Amino acid sequence: MEPIIAARDLVKHFPIRQGFLGRRVMHLKAVDGVSFHVNRGETLGLVGESGCGKTTVGRLLLNLLGLDGGSVHFKGVELSALQGRALREVRRHLQVVFQDPHSSLDPRMLVKKIVGAPLEVNGLARGAEVVRRVKAMLAEVGLNEEHVYRYPHEFSGGQRQRIGIARALITGPEFIVFDEPTSALDVSVQAQILNLAKDLQRRHGYAYLFISHDLSVIRHMSHRIAVMYLGIIVESGGAEELFGEPLHPYTRALIGALPQPDPAVRRRLSTLPGDVPSPVHLPPGCRFHPRCPEAFQICSRSAPGLREVKHGHWAACHLYS
Amino acid sequence: MGAALLEIRDLSVQFFTYQGVVRALEGVSLSVAEGEILGLVGETGCGKSVLARAVLRVIAEPPGKITAGRVLFKGRDLLALDRRQMRRIRGNEISMIFQEPMSSLNPVFTIGNQMMEVVTLHQRVGRDEARGICLDMLRQVKMPDPDQVLAKYPHELSGGMLQRAMIAMELSCRPDLLLADEPTTALDVTVQAQVLTILEELTRSRGVAVLFISHDLGVIAQLCDRVAVMYAGKIVETAAVAELFAAPRHPYTRGLLQAIPRIGRGREELAVIPGSVPGLVDPPPGCRFHPRCAHRFAPCDRQVPALFEPAPGHHVACHLYASGESR
Amino acid sequence: MLEEFRKQYAWQIRELQFTLKLLRRNPSAVGGFAIILVMVLMALSAPLLAPYNPIQISLADRLAPPTAAHWFGTDEIGRDILTRVMYGARISLWIGIVVVTIAGGLGAIIGAVAGYLGRSVDNAIMRVMDVILSFPPLVLAMALAAALGPSLNNAILAVAFVMIPKFARMVRGEALAVKEKQFIAAARASGAGSFWIVWHHILPNCFSSVIVLGTLILGETILIAASLSFIGLGAQPPTPEWGAMISVGRKFLMDQWWYATFPGLFILVTVIGFNIFGDALRDVLDPRIRR
Repeated sequence: MEPIIAARDLVKHFPIRQGFLGRRVMHLKAVDGVSFHVNRGETLGLVGESGCGKTTVGRLLLNLLGLDGGSVHFKGVELSALQGRALREVRRHLQVVFQDPHSSLDPRMLVKKIVGAPLEVNGLARGAEVVRRVKAMLAEVGLNEEHVYRYPHEFSGGQRQRIGIARALITGPEFIVFDEPTSALDVSVQAQILNLAKDLQRRHGYAYLFISHDLSVIRHMSHRIAVMYLGIIVESGGAEELFGEPLHPYTRALIGALPQPDPAVRRRLSTLPGDVPSPVHLPPGCRFHPRCPEAFQICSRSAPGLREVKHGHWAACHLYS
Repeated sequence: MGAALLEIRDLSVQFFTYQGVVRALEGVSLSVAEGEILGLVGETGCGKSVLARAVLRVIAEPPGKITAGRVLFKGRDLLALDRRQMRRIRGNEISMIFQEPMSSLNPVFTIGNQMMEVVTLHQRVGRDEARGICLDMLRQVKMPDPDQVLAKYPHELSGGMLQRAMIAMELSCRPDLLLADEPTTALDVTVQAQVLTILEELTRSRGVAVLFISHDLGVIAQLCDRVAVMYAGKIVETAAVAELFAAPRHPYTRGLLQAIPRIGRGREELAVIPGSVPGLVDPPPGCRFHPRCAHRFAPCDRQVPALFEPAPGHHVACHLYASGESR
Repeated sequence: MLEEFRKQYAWQIRELQFTLKLLRRNPSAVGGFAIILVMVLMALSAPLLAPYNPIQISLADRLAPPTAAHWFGTDEIGRDILTRVMYGARISLWIGIVVVTIAGGLGAIIGAVAGYLGRSVDNAIMRVMDVILSFPPLVLAMALAAALGPSLNNAILAVAFVMIPKFARMVRGEALAVKEKQFIAAARASGAGSFWIVWHHILPNCFSSVIVLGTLILGETILIAASLSFIGLGAQPPTPEWGAMISVGRKFLMDQWWYATFPGLFILVTVIGFNIFGDALRDVLDPRIRR
């Protein structure tokens, strides 16, 4: 059974103009060779801090940004080989739920139009049929049918995210990117949305790419996890494996820095020296070595590749070469 | 801990808007002892930020208004002071740091400029001595290259460094109380760890009391001595931190603790609190949480619950504990 | 049926009521609106209430000063000036509305497309707009009207053309801001094409600023149209257009002051009315002030 989505060596560099008259062009290496796959009914969690490139990866998969290198495959078919109608056919199977419930819905559109637009735009339904399907979708995400005639600002943040989810699911996609969907929500509302997402996955077999900076949420949602740092994946594996025995020093630092909601487990939060460096001036060799507590000679000279250290558990670190 | 440094009694704050009167805080009572770190936790709209701003009296007077209550700091009622007296307290005896360090600092002045402004405003020292104090503070927050940082502008520093500079600035005049309004919410988790560690070390070593506001229960659990939980403009539970997490009594607190995903719990289903936070223009009568509470009974929609004490030092505003028993 | 309508537009109705409430409290809005209302009523009621026929000649009464019979006096061939001023309001307001509708509609579309598509399309379109804007509006309108031939309709087209870049520039700015919002990315992810997004997302979000700009430009439009008539390029005789009346009345300014003064006064008051109302409207619609 092949994966629903397979990404191979994704690359995205943003040119930055500096210097007098903007002549010097540097490159912000937002995504620098990222590969992964997601199977049917499974959630891959993509976690990392700001600037690691996780959001950019999501945009690349959805074709909201152009690829500078690498390829995306949907059920074995490479997307860049498709055009026109065939491409549109495939694109409706790849959808997205965004982060900010306040700006992810057009404030001047009725919910009916917001959720119904993907059907109209793709020629899947018209008129009364659209309204019928929108109402059915709203019911499935836990909203009232009456809500079709309301505007986004009449809803709370959690309800708006449900509308966003309804919009993403109405075309019957197979793969959905969740880009920090609960970061802007309160804890109690976040729980509702996460439960909804998992429930829908159980019922329909959706494949999810779940992007977040929140480790606890990632642990809760994902079957498998990939940790990103400065544009590359530094560790990936099953969720339990990764949290039970993190291999990469960065993963260990992330887990160790996370404050646990249990005062009985009070310990020193692990801290890393310095700040996250900018993706424009990358350190030589292993990108993490300037901040790594376990760095040694070779780390500043050559970059470790992603290697399968244990079955299904990969890490990019010289400790395991 | 020491004696009560800050005592808030029955504080009420309202905002007058076109939509009506927003009852942001109603009859809130709280105390912070000398040198203790009190966590104030709650979701959006619960009033925690309003509370901090009310203490320093930096709420915009129209549309806001402190309608009732007293704020006793070292025995004096801050609400009764005039503007000049209040200005001598702000930054000097009570300081505040905010969530977005980028917006708290003026982008057109250097860090050094702004830090020295605070020092020279409150202390009678010359420029050189002021500069020395600033450098010393920057070293205490483990800022790399403090001399260079003084000459930099806010946009040249990262979020974590800016927040550390803010801490240095706000602690430079040796206040007795620090109000911290979600200071690490906008920071990455590894940077948050740095800032929290520094904050804890500095305030403990100087005996500064902290009112730490956050929605993140993990941070609260790791940092605070006591915790107060707020909901829709009222305090619903107060206890020592270990007690609160081990034996939460208010249904809202219990619901909150069960709703957060935890690493140890894997992919277990999260318990959900049905409904959503009420608007504060027309809050529910009686206990403001009752529409969402699984345990509501007769008095809940009619009578506002008082603060009961089912265990020593543990206060709950819930009718379930009215007769003094624990449930 | 009505229920469906009310449900669907419930929020718009509430917003409108709120806007009206804010406007009622604003003195500039009330003053400006009063002036506009007077002019509109005058224009609408001219055929019914005007004391005379606007083109009725009466050589016996020519150049009569303001009297009980002729409140604003008469012109050099005996036509009642009050009547002609009232009919002139119809023409000026009509010009204003048509110009603002054409310029606003076309300008908004041009600006939205330029702002959304960006880069080379944006550059190309905005440079054209810049060229048009670099001419003083009256001079350009004159040149166009002269080229098209002196007539009222040509004057309307000329002025509309001159006003398009103002709308285009403003809407382009708003489009640049709206473009970055997440719902646009969501629409693209859903498969919507650029024109669908411009029509369904960008334009509706620029609507209220177009209305405000339209109100402000209306005053300027009336002024330019009157100026064109003044030099003989717009309304042709015997059309009682305010600018044309001033043009002729100029000769008689020393002894028969009323001829040029009344039309001039009405132009002044009308333009001021639209300007102060437009200002107040812009303040009232500003989302920050609306809280």
